Amino acid sequence: MNAMAILTERDRTAVCKEFEKLTGPVKLVVFSQELVAGDLCRQNEQLVREVATLSDKLTVEVLNPAIDRERAEPYRVDQVPAIAVEGARAYGIRFYGIPSGYEFSNLIDSIIVASTGEPALSEETKASLQALAEDVDIKVFSTPT
Amino acid sequence: MRLAQHMAVASERVRATAIEATEFPELSRAYQVMGVPKVVINDRVQFEGAVPEQDFLGAVLQAVAPA
Repeated sequence: MNAMAILTERDRTAVCKEFEKLTGPVKLVVFSQELVAGDLCRQNEQLVREVATLSDKLTVEVLNPAIDRERAEPYRVDQVPAIAVEGARAYGIRFYGIPSGYEFSNLIDSIIVASTGEPALSEETKASLQALAEDVDIKVFSTPT
Repeated sequence: MRLAQHMAVASERVRATAIEATEFPELSRAYQVMGVPKVVINDRVQFEGAVPEQDFLGAVLQAVAPA
């Protein structure tokens, strides 16, 4: 039995249009743990699978951090549901919680930038970031409105 | 999150995590999230609200600067 679709026809059309910008393959790694947050993890996984059907450049892998420990460990994801967005390399982009509303737009944008590998930043910003001598962990808290 | 994720693509040093505050209340409490978006860099520099790229970069550089 198929669960009802999360994305509306309008969402799908808009995302397909955005996905015309995709150039290289992107892997969406979904972290799910039924026992911790079953409903949220199922919805998150369904959302990612629906998005992935909109381009043949996207693939999905689902990991349970408690079971697929070796595969999950390098991602250092300590919450579920979560998504990692990977392109030509593991870019370190994570979404904790179901990306809805504004965060959904960010998920789509992250897929595009992971695909092209071309961040929309000034040359000065890119040069400063490439010169970093230490790791930088950025957390961005948002709400679904 | 938009700037953060573009920064993550620009540099292997940068990781960007979007956190849905209502789904992770403990994490939000730990980081004293009152308004959103709230950005926390290396658990050291934080700010609320959307800022221009230059200011965001300034916060990143501040977070890695010697104390």
